[in-house]
Amino acid sequence: MTGSDVTRGGVEGARPGRDALTGARTGRRRRRRGRGEQAMVPDVEFSSYYGKPILNRPTWKPLDIAGYLYLGGLAGASSLLAAGAHVTGRPGLARAAKLGASGAISVSLAALVHDLGRPARFQNMLRIFKPTSPMNLGSWLLVGYVPLTVAAAAADVSGRHRIVGAAATAGAAALGPAVATYTAVLLSDTAVPSWHEGHREMPFVFAGSGATAAAGLALACAPWQETGPARRLAVLGAGLELGAFRLMKQRMGLAAEPYEQGKQQRLLRAAEALTAGGAALAAFAGRQGPRAGGALPMAYAGWRGLAGGRSRLLTVAAGAALLAGSAALRFGVFHAGVASAEDPKYTVVPQRERLEARARSDGR
Amino acid sequence: MTDDTTAPAAATGGDPVRGNLLFGPQPDVAGAAGYTDHPPRVGFFTDTSVCIGCKACEVACKEWNAIPEDGLELTGMSYDNTQGLGASTWRHVAFIEQRKPLGGQEPGVGHEDVDVFAAAGQLGSPAASPGQPAGSPSSPGPGATTPEPGSAPAGAPAGAISPVAPDGRTELRWLMSSDVCKHCTHAACLDVCPTGSLFRTEFGTVVVQQDICNGCGYCVPACPYGVIDQRRGDGRAWKCTLCYDRLGVGMEPACAKACPTDSIQFGPLDELRERAAARVAQLHAAGVPDARLYGEDPQDGVGGDSAFFLLLDEPEVYGLPPDPVVTTRDLPAMWRHAAAAAASLAAMAVVSFVRRPR
Repeated sequence: MTGSDVTRGGVEGARPGRDALTGARTGRRRRRRGRGEQAMVPDVEFSSYYGKPILNRPTWKPLDIAGYLYLGGLAGASSLLAAGAHVTGRPGLARAAKLGASGAISVSLAALVHDLGRPARFQNMLRIFKPTSPMNLGSWLLVGYVPLTVAAAAADVSGRHRIVGAAATAGAAALGPAVATYTAVLLSDTAVPSWHEGHREMPFVFAGSGATAAAGLALACAPWQETGPARRLAVLGAGLELGAFRLMKQRMGLAAEPYEQGKQQRLLRAAEALTAGGAALAAFAGRQGPRAGGALPMAYAGWRGLAGGRSRLLTVAAGAALLAGSAALRFGVFHAGVASAEDPKYTVVPQRERLEARARSDGR
Repeated sequence: MTDDTTAPAAATGGDPVRGNLLFGPQPDVAGAAGYTDHPPRVGFFTDTSVCIGCKACEVACKEWNAIPEDGLELTGMSYDNTQGLGASTWRHVAFIEQRKPLGGQEPGVGHEDVDVFAAAGQLGSPAASPGQPAGSPSSPGPGATTPEPGSAPAGAPAGAISPVAPDGRTELRWLMSSDVCKHCTHAACLDVCPTGSLFRTEFGTVVVQQDICNGCGYCVPACPYGVIDQRRGDGRAWKCTLCYDRLGVGMEPACAKACPTDSIQFGPLDELRERAAARVAQLHAAGVPDARLYGEDPQDGVGGDSAFFLLLDEPEVYGLPPDPVVTTRDLPAMWRHAAAAAASLAAMAVVSFVRRPR
């Protein structure tokens, strides 16, 4: 429903041989900067109310809620690493993972409470138990999970109450995967097109991203000799995250477009590069072995003494890249959803197509 | 009252396409919410074909519910400066200026026997007639659309509105529509609220309890219509209550009470649906084929709305989603996928610890 208008510059948008209609305005025109050629495929035409969004924009603060998603994934997967390290006798890895899990989930809970505005408001979440509300279930999950991670970390650091610590470690590992993946349901159970349309694949993206973050933390903080499982988890997690994310965007249709625009595109590109690079670096550092540092030029000798050689440096760099990549992914997904809610196109066009497809099938 | 009606459905699953408690038709909404003896479900039928854009509903809503001011800036896009529904706008009148040869507002439909211009001509001076010369007290002012006698185009009766097209249709029309919370049969805001602050009333409507709302903002992106919003400086979520306080004492909501053209009609939903169907048939017979109902179908994505509309164009022209679906319809699938993802995360961790021979 494009139309023509008489402006000071003459007639705009007139189509010869048609009635000059000025109906409802079409959606926002995409700006094309620095391109010499016109796109062959015209922009999607659709009706809207002065380009105003249909959905109300999510009111969540990006730092609080995207940070909450990221730290939840980091903590949940760290609990798995902690339990594995505990069982297989890797005390350094276990301590790093337990401290990481308890620290991350505590900060994440603080971010959630900060987003609510008043701390006392959190207790309203626990008035009822409500499976249709992912946020309610998540609150109950955190109420169980946070004390377990803190108990596991405290027992590890203090060296006392070992049995309680082991039980808490096991309990946290049992809840950890749910903590890492429920946040995907939290986002998908909204009308925001770029979140809702990904509801099948997003839990896998978040599981993979949580795994790379936890592996990254372990690589950065645990003793080198014990980081073998973390390196393998980094590679597996990166594969799951990147693969599931590709699949998600393929299946989403128009709602995938916000992932390819603006600041979220930069964040997601960075996430892809950092995660893939970090996992590759972690695998490479693992193959080098702890003595690879011996083959270094003399210039690095000082570093060897400080940080345990080149492998140590590579491992820390890989860990940092994985942590940053996972964070960039969560912020990218968050911003893409907000962008899709702000443009009525992503609400109207798929729904209109759905209606027309239904009308066609009914007409047969 | 805070019990969630749809809670058992997520646990038991149910038919993913039709008929679980998260989705599909629900003839007795209040009964499903646990009210054993309850009044009939009530709602709004907003007939936009008779809306004159006076905004009396917006004002009455603000006044009755003591809603704070929501920004006094002029947007410059139309006569609409509230732009959309939000925490401090529970009724919103949309103005769409269309240059389309499709037939305009049809206030005369159903009132064929009343000559409003003749009646208007009688105002003020009982002796005056519509054909009086200009300058007399009862003549139309300079901005009036009634042409002066003698200057009317050929074929148009002097002193009457001159039709632009021979069939009486104008090439410009205003669409005006008063939007409001839809009070869905399956309300996404109510389903996702983690505190039970949103609840189903005995009238089948959806209301926020302000002393329990904790400001998590989850209902805001969950609403497929973009109705509920968080109020700045307050943090809590607010939306239309369908004047729950007035309903309780047998009164009609403030907006419907204030509407001078009965564009907003309040009543038991069954009765409103009958009235709406008759009105659409009447408009179709009068040559307005674009008239259609929006949100009244119990088979639609939200199980039908308590507040439904008669529109004269596609819903998206008014800023309404063409085919909204309650977000929790896919929740069983979401939990299944999340469980599978959690299992694969645990499996990856186990695989990582399996010692491989070097």
